Amino acid sequence: MGPDRPGRFRLWAALVWLLVWQAGSMALNQPLLLPSPVTVAACLGRLMATAAFWADLGCSALRIWGGFFLACAAGVLCAALAARFRRMEELLAPLTATIKAVPVMSFIILAFLWLPRRGLLSTLIAFLMAFPVLYGNLLSGIRATDPQLLEMARVFRVPPSRQLWYIRIPQVLPYFRTAASLGLGLCWKAGVAAEVIGLPARSVGERLYDAKVYFEVPELFAWTVTIVAVSVAFEKLFLRLVDGAAERMGL
Amino acid sequence: MEVRVSHLWKSYHGEPVLRDVSFTAGPGITCVMGPSGQGKTTLLRILLGLERPNSGTVEGLEGARLSAVFQEDRLLLGRTALDNLRFVLGPLFDPAAAGELLAELGLPETDHRPVREYSGGMRRRVALARALAAPFDLLVLDEPFTGLDGDTRRRCLDCLRERSEGRTVLLVTHDPADGEALGGGYLTLR
Repeated sequence: MGPDRPGRFRLWAALVWLLVWQAGSMALNQPLLLPSPVTVAACLGRLMATAAFWADLGCSALRIWGGFFLACAAGVLCAALAARFRRMEELLAPLTATIKAVPVMSFIILAFLWLPRRGLLSTLIAFLMAFPVLYGNLLSGIRATDPQLLEMARVFRVPPSRQLWYIRIPQVLPYFRTAASLGLGLCWKAGVAAEVIGLPARSVGERLYDAKVYFEVPELFAWTVTIVAVSVAFEKLFLRLVDGAAERMGL
Repeated sequence: MEVRVSHLWKSYHGEPVLRDVSFTAGPGITCVMGPSGQGKTTLLRILLGLERPNSGTVEGLEGARLSAVFQEDRLLLGRTALDNLRFVLGPLFDPAAAGELLAELGLPETDHRPVREYSGGMRRRVALARALAAPFDLLVLDEPFTGLDGDTRRRCLDCLRERSEGRTVLLVTHDPADGEALGGGYLTLR
């Protein structure tokens, strides 16, 4: 992407906002309500020095990414079936429309009541957030496959496995990239919200809840910064892998 | 292999495109000529099994291996020229033989550039190379020399004549000189 991409992250802009935060904190002079960036950084440093921090973060990440990867697998399978069978698309249309329309909190509370294990809560919610996005985009990608290339492959009797590798996957990959970028962000937001409600052991949600109960605002900020950082870092890593695959396929 | 076409009719939205076309094409190059809109491309698409005629029959193609240069290049634009050949050949792909064919058509034998970066004429030749590289009993070519200059066109005609010897080829062209250079028969659609 070129330097003029809208929304591009610039270090100077981040520094400006950190200064605004620092100035606001100093002006308010209420560390319990709005701690300064320095206080939050110090708190984060202390948390990072503990094994519990990494264990909580690791468990939450595994649950949420688990939901995301399940959504990827289900999205690919359902989109492939829906592209092939019109009935399948018709069957899934009300389901995906409902998932998109229902407030995430309703799902969290229902899943909290229904699921036997709280640990599954954030996995299910992450799955529900990512699945409609992935399914919809992948189906659009499959539908957008160049029919002239498929005709050419048919004339030369190219087997479906080779068509998949040379034509279908390269054409769908940009759609998957967009969906994955959007889905990953949603997974983290909704997944952590589910953990705050469900309070599974060893989770970021539980730490956020504790920070709220004990009025540990710097800790609340530190965990929030951590969630954003992990979410963004994983998204960048994942998209880099997708871009690498796209490059190998000549996109 | 001999293709026998009898009383072929094809129309789109009530407008006839092919009207009672009959011919037989055996081994050698047959040039299909005629003004635009007379159904040359439609005829090739029917022979390739991509369209069904309204009536009439096509015989002799049962189990035949087909190859084609389409009116459009239909290349995998993000891939190299060799990859485009590998795509249709699969396990039969031989990089040395494929490189030799590309060189015969005046293209680089090995090139890491995707064909997206090629000129229109180069892409056309990659499409021709792909068609000639694939094993075929019937080869149909829809204006394969579009956008090629004189020397390159002659080079491609020579390559086509040598590489298709003894097999059935139908070539749609607007240039009668192509037929003269290839020494084949003519079929004119009116």
